[in-house]
Amino acid sequence: MNRDDFPIFNINKDLIYFDNGATTLKPQKVIDSMTEYYSSYTANAHRGDYDNSVEVDQKYEGVREKIKSFINADKSAEIVFTSGATNSLNMVVFGFMKNYLKDGDEVLITKSEHASNILPWMELANSVGIKVKFIKLDDDYSVTKENLLSAITPKTKVVSLAHITNVIGDIRDLEMIGKICKDKNLLFVVDAAQSIGHIRVDVKKYNIDFLAFSAHKMLGPTGTGVLYGKYELLDKLIPLSYGGGMNSFFESTGEVEYKELPWRLEAGTQNIAGVIGMGKALEYIENIGIENIHRYEVELKEYALKRFKDIPGLTIYNKTTPSGIIVFNVEKIFSQDLALYLNHYKICVRSGNHCAKILKEEIKATNTCRASFYFYNTKEEIDKMANVLENRGNIFDIIL
Amino acid sequence: MDPKLKREIILEHYQNPVNRGLIDKEGYVRVNTRNSSCVDNIDMMVKIKDGVIEDARFDGEACAICTSATSIMIRSIIGKNIDQVDEIVCNFEKMINEEEYDDSVLQELNVYNDIYKQPSRKKCALLPFESIKKVINTK
Repeated sequence: MNRDDFPIFNINKDLIYFDNGATTLKPQKVIDSMTEYYSSYTANAHRGDYDNSVEVDQKYEGVREKIKSFINADKSAEIVFTSGATNSLNMVVFGFMKNYLKDGDEVLITKSEHASNILPWMELANSVGIKVKFIKLDDDYSVTKENLLSAITPKTKVVSLAHITNVIGDIRDLEMIGKICKDKNLLFVVDAAQSIGHIRVDVKKYNIDFLAFSAHKMLGPTGTGVLYGKYELLDKLIPLSYGGGMNSFFESTGEVEYKELPWRLEAGTQNIAGVIGMGKALEYIENIGIENIHRYEVELKEYALKRFKDIPGLTIYNKTTPSGIIVFNVEKIFSQDLALYLNHYKICVRSGNHCAKILKEEIKATNTCRASFYFYNTKEEIDKMANVLENRGNIFDIIL
Repeated sequence: MDPKLKREIILEHYQNPVNRGLIDKEGYVRVNTRNSSCVDNIDMMVKIKDGVIEDARFDGEACAICTSATSIMIRSIIGKNIDQVDEIVCNFEKMINEEEYDDSVLQELNVYNDIYKQPSRKKCALLPFESIKKVINTK
């Protein structure tokens, strides 16, 4: 649906873009909103008394309001603009958890997390002495109530999980997990990078303490994202950056006062164009309806499973996960070689380990190809990919 | 070289690589080399006696270019002394990086002389050369 809104399809006529898990394409409206900021009302935010500056303020803070409603947060002060989900998660770990957690405290994650929800914790394990423990994944790689409960010990303080995992694409039952965290008095950190543009995220319903996501995986620009934190927790997050825009006053004596949330956590000139673009992207998604997006993606996946079922030598690792991601390999062909072959037909998929380098211990395959769909993909595109995979006798003529 | 012939050589080495499979023997230097961007991952074991490569073997998970390059490199270096290996490595790197090089030193390795056209595959072709450099430096 809505393909005409994406200028890339006019320029790259035969492009089949199945790498939406890495980044999504951008609608013209999103691009225009950023160009407009740069071409007709450029100004810094929170700094001026002239018209353009006021307009920038209104737009910038307006996006904060929109995001607050989109994820059902209580206050707009709970929404901090960051450079992306990685930045947001690092702020949680090094601005908050580093002071909150003590030697021996346990943080629960899984082996299917993205590197940005693993490495900050591992770094904290080295510096503070926390223990990073992995919740056992079920046969379909999901996080079950039983496995979560059995991983929790008296030393567990935090559960940090992706809402949708970026390789397998399983959707975590955040309501169940959030309730357990609340009952057991654990902090619940959610990496929503893969879910924010695909399914509803509700921080109150799921009892989420910290939430991270990026704009570029939801039709927005790169270099922009969000950190949500419950006010009383976010208020304890120590800024990792100091400078303009985050202080109220400072004296040569060393006396300093920092601003209120959220500005205290947004030092320096922010990615204003990016935030404006993210706001437009959000508006675009709301107009289609996120439930419609998810329903269509699942339909595409079901169609792809049907089309791919009889392709000889093709293994699909995540048949049962209800999201628009298919992870696969073809026998005797290395995943990167397969991706290059598909590229010859302008089919973009990701190959490798998808930033989830320890997932191999679970799925018994180090490298895979991943096709990740979004609402502008079509069944015809899936047909074309199926056809190319079926008739792959010429693969080495093409890639070598 | 004829593109079809090049392809045949690469494919033959990919599907039937020379000295694939590690063995449990003393006297070998073992190294592991990975390609951080595309996850090629090669283990290599090399036996050097009196400054000459007596044996070299490898195993691992890698794409067609990386696997075949490892196989062809192994065949090229066995029986050569360290200086000769160094010359091969040096010229191969120059070829991949589009610098002037001596193709007479590279022989069969010349099949990769147009890999520079696919920048994402340069690292794949270079990986075994990283491995052998590590081995030589350990010695």
